[in-house]
Amino acid sequence: MPNFGYTINSDRQIDYDSNDKRVARYLAEHEPSFMVCISCGTCTATCSAGVFTTFSLRELIGNIKRGEARNIKAEAEKCMLCGKCQLACPRGVNTRNIIMNIQRAIEAFEL
Amino acid sequence: MTFDLFVLPFFLGLITLLVILSVKYARWIKGFDLADRDLIRKGVFTKKSLGAAGEVFMESLLHRKMFRRNGWLGYMHMSFALGWFLLIVCGNLESRIYSKVHINPPYYPIFLKFFVADEHILRHELMSIPGVFRLLMDMFLLLVLSGLVLALIKRASSHWFGLKKTTRHTFFDRLTITTLWLIFPLRLLAESFTAAHYHGGSFLTNNFGDLLDRFLPAQQLSYPAWWTYSLVLGGFFVSLPYSRFMHIPTEVMLIFFRHYGIKPTLHFNHYSNFEIQSCPKCGVCIDACPLHTDANEDGIPPAYFLRTLKNNRPDINSTYDCLLCGRCGEYCPVGININALRVSQRIRYAKNLNGSFTYLKQTKSQLAEVAYFAGCMTHLTPSIKISMEKIFTTAGVDYQFIDRDGSVCCGRPLWMAGKEKQARELMEHNKKLIESTNCKTLVLSCPICLKIFREEYGLNIEMLHHSQYLLRLVNEKKIDLKKEDIQVAFHDPCELGRGSGIFEEPRQLIRQMANLVTASEEKGMSICCGGSLGSTGINCYQRDEVSQLTLETLMANNPGSIITACPLCKKTLQKGSPVEVKDISELTSSLLDVGKSSTPGLNN
Repeated sequence: MPNFGYTINSDRQIDYDSNDKRVARYLAEHEPSFMVCISCGTCTATCSAGVFTTFSLRELIGNIKRGEARNIKAEAEKCMLCGKCQLACPRGVNTRNIIMNIQRAIEAFEL
Repeated sequence: MTFDLFVLPFFLGLITLLVILSVKYARWIKGFDLADRDLIRKGVFTKKSLGAAGEVFMESLLHRKMFRRNGWLGYMHMSFALGWFLLIVCGNLESRIYSKVHINPPYYPIFLKFFVADEHILRHELMSIPGVFRLLMDMFLLLVLSGLVLALIKRASSHWFGLKKTTRHTFFDRLTITTLWLIFPLRLLAESFTAAHYHGGSFLTNNFGDLLDRFLPAQQLSYPAWWTYSLVLGGFFVSLPYSRFMHIPTEVMLIFFRHYGIKPTLHFNHYSNFEIQSCPKCGVCIDACPLHTDANEDGIPPAYFLRTLKNNRPDINSTYDCLLCGRCGEYCPVGININALRVSQRIRYAKNLNGSFTYLKQTKSQLAEVAYFAGCMTHLTPSIKISMEKIFTTAGVDYQFIDRDGSVCCGRPLWMAGKEKQARELMEHNKKLIESTNCKTLVLSCPICLKIFREEYGLNIEMLHHSQYLLRLVNEKKIDLKKEDIQVAFHDPCELGRGSGIFEEPRQLIRQMANLVTASEEKGMSICCGGSLGSTGINCYQRDEVSQLTLETLMANNPGSIITACPLCKKTLQKGSPVEVKDISELTSSLLDVGKSSTPGLNN
């Protein structure tokens, strides 16, 4: 693996051949506002759960869009559905429904 | 004569109806919790039954709540229900007088005029009994027929009856209502044809019979008319348990159960069946729903939602799109607890959706008289918590801001999404935190928290919304307020007003600081701000539409600012409001009269 020079995250490559985009497609269909997220991170900055643990909706959405579905089950379960992110989101993303639908997708695809 | 073949359709229809009802009700009651069945057993022979009977008379017959909604709508329902009821009661008494026995076959009073249309009997009757019964029976029939005329007008233009939108009924329901509507004109025809010959009726049937006799062979038509009347009655009875008219007997049962103390639960159970089947699909809820533009066949308003729930599982959108604002419940003449039924379906949908909050470390608070729980939404609108702290300090209250470093959600959003188990995990966490303060009073800034704290936490302390608490501080002279000559309107948050029954305290507090102007829809009728956490389905544009609707009602009397008592409402209304939106705590904090007060906090 080449050294890309990043310091915060460990260097890695995204392998599109092995990635699973089913959840992303499911979300695009069931909560279309998923597609307008610009990954600004406001949701993560305001998150109630984020005060107590490393939970980031921005990261979760990013991973799902890339088709990296490894940890999404455990991550989505951390959300308290309090709705602050939804009020803060500058793009009007229906964040609570994204969490609900991530979980529905996990159920549907038995991830 | 006490029997003729034509009574059979009616008689068999009635028996079928009674058998179906008995089987259904027996099955549902058998499925009740043991505790609920005990409540029925203990309540039957008490004055609770009398209270229930009184309510049945007021609501199922007189339709008091319908009258409150609209006079014509009330009269239409009352004329059908009360008119028919009186026809049955009076017909029964009348038949006893004719037959001189106490028990007649059930068809005998219904078709009495046919059986006693004998000149000999009539002459005898005229001598012995005043024609008062015949007069009454004609009057009651006229009452029902007047309701029928209104029902037909309502089909053409419902706005006369205060309804912008009416329910789109299924084909079967329309068929059933046609049979219901035909019953009474057919009764009029049958009795009039008979009266034309024997004059056994009164002002209505005698005269109408004479009129018909002028151009119709009344005597020959009389027998077929009785047959048709009986057939239509029988048809209505057989279709009743499968149509929306099942609400007629079921609502009576529901009223009795409520008086015995049975309450709807979070999970769908057999009692829910009684609630669902009590819905008459009258459609009053459709206009109440701020999302009513979505009122399609599987739509959100209870009239549609309960119909799909009756047949199978409602689709996920009508289950999750609803704001749970509870406005339809205020309109509902039957008082169905629609939010509980909606959440019960969400629980079914969310059965396999998990949540895990093991990352939460139990925290403790220092001891205090008063614990202040701001809640997630208040952390998003910091001016509220800053105002509250300023007021606490000014009043010299011994308080602890227990979620200063971040709130663990109260659990209500998860609860409303049908994730009860996960909600309980958060509730347990917050409960331990509050208990660690050993406080006597818990003050909450968010009505969403308040509702679940009060209803589900089981804390044995006083729990107040900050609008209540601030009013108390004013009344106890712990803080003084200045009054400004400004016009403000108050927005009732759903969870505070309809949800927790707190309407007056915020208004009393505001009146001490400003001139309160009314909104066009307020208190129980107020509309959701659009931000409700009860809905996960609707998008931001739909939310904005609801907000605009609410703002129009709040701006009805041109207030200079809008005051609310919920951080979520404040945040949501702010987005589209033409005037400033403030929380009641901000207004209080800005109008604190620190000069007058001599509380310890001020001396510091």
